[in-house]
Amino acid sequence: MTDLSNRKPETGAFFSRDRQWHPPGLTPGYKTSVLRSPQKALLSLDGTVSEITGPVFGHAILGEFDNDLIHNFAKAGESAIGERIIVHGRVLDERGRPVPGALLEFWQANAGGRYRHKKESYLAPLDPNFGGCGRTITDEDGHYAFRTIKPGPYPWPNGVNDWRPAHIHFSVFGHGFAQRLITQMYFEGDPMIWKCPIVQTIPDKAAIEQLVAALDWGNTIPMDARAYKFDIVLRGRRSTLFENRMEGN
Amino acid sequence: MVQTLGTLKESASQTAGPYVHIGLTPNFAGIGGVYENDLGTTMVNDETLGRRITITGRVLDGTGTPLRDALIEIWQADAAGLYNSPSELRGSADPNFSGWGRCPTHGETGEYRFETIKPGRVPFRDGRQMAPHISLWIVARGINLGLNTRLYFGDEEAANAEDPVLARIEHRVRVPTLIAAVDGDSYRFDIHLQGEKETVFFDI
Repeated sequence: MTDLSNRKPETGAFFSRDRQWHPPGLTPGYKTSVLRSPQKALLSLDGTVSEITGPVFGHAILGEFDNDLIHNFAKAGESAIGERIIVHGRVLDERGRPVPGALLEFWQANAGGRYRHKKESYLAPLDPNFGGCGRTITDEDGHYAFRTIKPGPYPWPNGVNDWRPAHIHFSVFGHGFAQRLITQMYFEGDPMIWKCPIVQTIPDKAAIEQLVAALDWGNTIPMDARAYKFDIVLRGRRSTLFENRMEGN
Repeated sequence: MVQTLGTLKESASQTAGPYVHIGLTPNFAGIGGVYENDLGTTMVNDETLGRRITITGRVLDGTGTPLRDALIEIWQADAAGLYNSPSELRGSADPNFSGWGRCPTHGETGEYRFETIKPGRVPFRDGRQMAPHISLWIVARGINLGLNTRLYFGDEEAANAEDPVLARIEHRVRVPTLIAAVDGDSYRFDIHLQGEKETVFFDI
């Protein structure tokens, strides 16, 4: 387990999710959502112990190259082809507090936009030295970093000529099951972002911009890799000061 | 003007997409050699306390077609009703039970399967006991924000009848969508994303 022993565990319920900020279930421009979105209202449930607790993973699960997608699938002495980048940032909660010990998992296509998956049939070739998955755990200040190649855009069967912008998928665990989140990171300056039906499922432009990683020139390593910074915000939780209820209230 | 609250906005969700398995279950996706095992495939060991059970089911879209590219995570208490989490302050959970599992739906049949234990009861916010339940989180291509639901057990009729969460479901005909069918130590729980048999989903 991650050593969080010197921290008082947080047990407040989470701030309610702003569902006007997140994409709604039904977004017809993204065709698959039409038959996969609930039609009935969600039942609101303020956090019980089932929602405010969640699994926390220790560094013991991590292998040496789990956060290095350039090498974690490559043959010895070889590496993945593409634009070498570092992606780093912090996981914070809505109160701006760091989330330490958060497991992040990421996956992506290769430099040509091809995923290593049996259901993928795009004609761009696989890179024999690139698998496309990685993971890491945030440190005590909520920082994370990994190394990869910049993924390429790829076409997908939605509209006749839809292409995804370059993106990296992120799966994030906080400290409670209600914080569980999957999202996608996009790259600063990519004109494809504003053409994408999946990006457009998000109603608020500011919410989209929060998913666009900035080129981080200061952390670029000369003659090696450029850097992008991507912060992730998980739900905040109420102070336990506000959780003291009278019995039976 | 007033002081600013200084809060941030939660990062907006995006779909997990059709290739979620590359990241979350790479061995299942055929990407070997990166991780030794896929995370969440084993919840119990020989020492785990409690009654071993199996949970199977499918996730069905609005036409009744099973999703063959979904991924489900479950989170539950141990046999004594304690969660294996730093935020659990009521006691120490069974160290031989993770409480968390992850399973993709089968690429052909759409079936998912968890080998776990029957959870104990845990209290609602006001101290009343909830019926034994398992929390589920479902992601897939076409699902923009992960869906939360709960599985209750068909052989817990008395506990289910007094469960404070089930009691809040206004349309009582929908309560059975959260109750898993019993066959010995096996429970079956199909999740209907939309339509007449639509499962109750929660805003947790």
